[in-house]
Amino acid sequence: MKSGPLAYALLAAGLLVLASTPLWADNYVVRTAAIVAMYGALATSWNFIGGFTGYPSFSTAAFFGLGCYVGAICQHAGVPMMLAWLVATLMVGAFACLLGAIILRLRGHYFAIGSIAVVEVCRLVVSSWSSLTGGGDGLNLPLLTWAPEQVMRFFLFVMLGILVLSLIATALVDRARLGFGLRCIHQNEDAAAMVGINTTLYKVAAYTLSAVFCAAAGAAYASWTGYIDPTESFQILMTVKVPVMAMLGGAGTLAGPFLGAAAFVLLEEVFWANFLDWNRAILGVVIVLLVFFLPGGLLSLARKAKAKANSANSGSGGAA
Amino acid sequence: MSEPILRLEGVSKTFGGLKALTDVSFALEPGEVVGLIGPNGAGKTTLVNVVTGNLPPSSGSILFEGKDVATQKPYEAARRGLARTFQIVQPFPQMTVLENVTAGALFGGGAGSVGDARDMARESLEFVGLAPLADRPAAQLALAARKRLELAKSLAMDPKVLMLDEVNAGLNSSEIDGALALIRRIAERGVTVLIIEHLMKVVLSLSKRLLVLHHGRLIADGPSAEIVADERVIEAYLGHKFAARLKERHHG
Amino acid sequence: MAIYSQILANGLMLGALYACLAVGFSLVWGVLNVINMLHGSFIILGGYLTWFAWHGWGIHPVVMLPVVGAFMFALGYALQKTVINRVVSAPVLTTLTLTFGLDMILYNVMTYWFTATPRRVQLDLGSVSLGPVTLPVDRLVGTGLALVLTLMLYLVMRGSNIGRAIVAVRMDRSAAELMGIRTERIYAITFGIGALMAGVAGVVFASVFPITTNVTGTYLGKAFVVCVVGGLGSVPGALVGGLVLGLVESLAGHWFGPQQAITAGFVLMLVILLTRPTGLVGVRGYE
Repeated sequence: MKSGPLAYALLAAGLLVLASTPLWADNYVVRTAAIVAMYGALATSWNFIGGFTGYPSFSTAAFFGLGCYVGAICQHAGVPMMLAWLVATLMVGAFACLLGAIILRLRGHYFAIGSIAVVEVCRLVVSSWSSLTGGGDGLNLPLLTWAPEQVMRFFLFVMLGILVLSLIATALVDRARLGFGLRCIHQNEDAAAMVGINTTLYKVAAYTLSAVFCAAAGAAYASWTGYIDPTESFQILMTVKVPVMAMLGGAGTLAGPFLGAAAFVLLEEVFWANFLDWNRAILGVVIVLLVFFLPGGLLSLARKAKAKANSANSGSGGAA
Repeated sequence: MSEPILRLEGVSKTFGGLKALTDVSFALEPGEVVGLIGPNGAGKTTLVNVVTGNLPPSSGSILFEGKDVATQKPYEAARRGLARTFQIVQPFPQMTVLENVTAGALFGGGAGSVGDARDMARESLEFVGLAPLADRPAAQLALAARKRLELAKSLAMDPKVLMLDEVNAGLNSSEIDGALALIRRIAERGVTVLIIEHLMKVVLSLSKRLLVLHHGRLIADGPSAEIVADERVIEAYLGHKFAARLKERHHG
Repeated sequence: MAIYSQILANGLMLGALYACLAVGFSLVWGVLNVINMLHGSFIILGGYLTWFAWHGWGIHPVVMLPVVGAFMFALGYALQKTVINRVVSAPVLTTLTLTFGLDMILYNVMTYWFTATPRRVQLDLGSVSLGPVTLPVDRLVGTGLALVLTLMLYLVMRGSNIGRAIVAVRMDRSAAELMGIRTERIYAITFGIGALMAGVAGVVFASVFPITTNVTGTYLGKAFVVCVVGGLGSVPGALVGGLVLGLVESLAGHWFGPQQAITAGFVLMLVILLTRPTGLVGVRGYE
């Protein structure tokens, strides 16, 4: 992964714009900024398993939903909010670690199907375990008693915090042997084992990393909305949307998933506002166009433009 | 005589009802260069797969430096110093040549950091003569260069035993000469080399000792000169009739 | 014992419907190596066409079978030829995302035109009793039709040149190409057949279950489970997978309640995925 200065600049600019929204915009914009940050964290999380490792994981909604529920149940039991988020993150991380050791034996289409099934099984178990989760009726959480703008601002910074942590983790992994090994697995898993990479361990690490930030975001989201139910928490739509965001920006890059999430959420907001009846179809069209015309993501456009400029320069410099 | 670095005792491998290897036993001394020959389908690649943990043996034991490693995983074999190349080369296609070799040094060669691994990789590329192509994507290399890349990657893993599975297949004669010179230089570094080939000529020029595999059985193990005169070996290679005719001519 | 005969009968009837529902999905996955996320919506589209023909013009569902089949085949063929074929050899992430995107479009179009209101073709055929077992006739007819349709596909796959060509492509694409089979055309035909089978399953379902876009995901989930349990790309695989799923759901529903029936199906799928990834009757796995 070569994250050029352009990617870092875009990343910093994006984060700055989101963080500054309370200064210059109304509550609706701040709320959208928080949603962007949240999906940015989810997409950056997914990037560990989907982008680095190349495993088509569709488990995001399972981790997010479990994060919602573990956090909510802890808060119900009287655990302070922030501690409940931490507990949710750790528990879902442990869950992903165990689950990964089992389902990462699958490859390709089988892994994709297995990872989607995990979302469904989690949803079904949560909705039938009424004594703990409230079943289909959902769970109410204690609401913060601050002013609405304050609450909004608070959750914006919480989501931004999770996003920044996931970005830092990405940058660290990218430079370390873990990132190198994951990219080797992506290219050729058998060859990766033959050069001495413990592929099972590395994949489980990537899968766990792809879960923890989702769980944290889920737990925070539950506290933010004050109410969760199984259908909202475990959405197949979310589980496919998040990888699409990462691909829109550029899977396997540092800034790509976040930029893709921002572009996607903004498009979605525009479509919701202007074409209420057709927003789903329009998103479908966006996905189809993305697959055909932008398979490397938005960042690949920038890279191509730069390569073109370079080759134009060297071309004028001589026949080298 | 020193203790063997790799010893197989009664190794068998069956796939369903099919016996790919039957009761194979041999030992390699440190620093030896040994050829493993046999006609197509004799079980040569299966044998390598069993030794490097890609396939678990059905029975028998595999001792590496005196330790039983029959149940090891491929990555454990690589870290122990049991390296191999594949008959069909297995690069990381989108990575550069340098990155490919760096992976070998980092994970198999015990480099402390990515930076150290890169330095080791450069050395290794220098050694096999691929340094000028270091920044090319691996997928762009021609076959001969890809085979060299495999060698460089294996060398970067600092192997004690290197198994070369048909490194010369598909190369023209001048490329083969280059590869042979390279293998000789690798052996000079003290690495134990097992060369898997079905071209006799290649093996004979490199190794003083030969193992012959036929229908999954080790039918001969000894000095190269004796082995090539061995009737059973000739029969395995050329078929029964031809061997008989050859014998007649010799006697006549 | 009586209760178990009833459960067995219910399970087998449900299983035949599941087999018919999933067989097209299985064929597409097995031959093209594409997970077709549109499959659930194709079923519902077939169901809607049947309902509107019945309510608008009084056309009987049985008459609609060939009509819907032909329409869906044309739709599937065109979609594969023009859109999906462009990424057919791309990794699963790409093909799955693409078909998911297409599904969002189709889903939206259907919800817009037909609304999400559940609709059902009420044939009011009463029910028959066999000893302790009571069977609603509409469901029995649906089961029979589902089995006949699945069997017809089997005969086509076995007996016709097209069927044999599809099997050849599934076994070994490059060898099939060397034998002069035009794989692109076979891909389009296979996708067409997949859509056709989804459509006719929808016709059958319209008189058994309520038709609404809310259940496209549920049907898609059933198709996943049936495929993984039975094994990919073959009619017998889908049949075995369908029947096993029908029985498991029926039993789990009796023992643990209806909600758990669906969970049992998914758990069964995960277990089979991990222990026997080629499915119960699968011969060859696809990675």
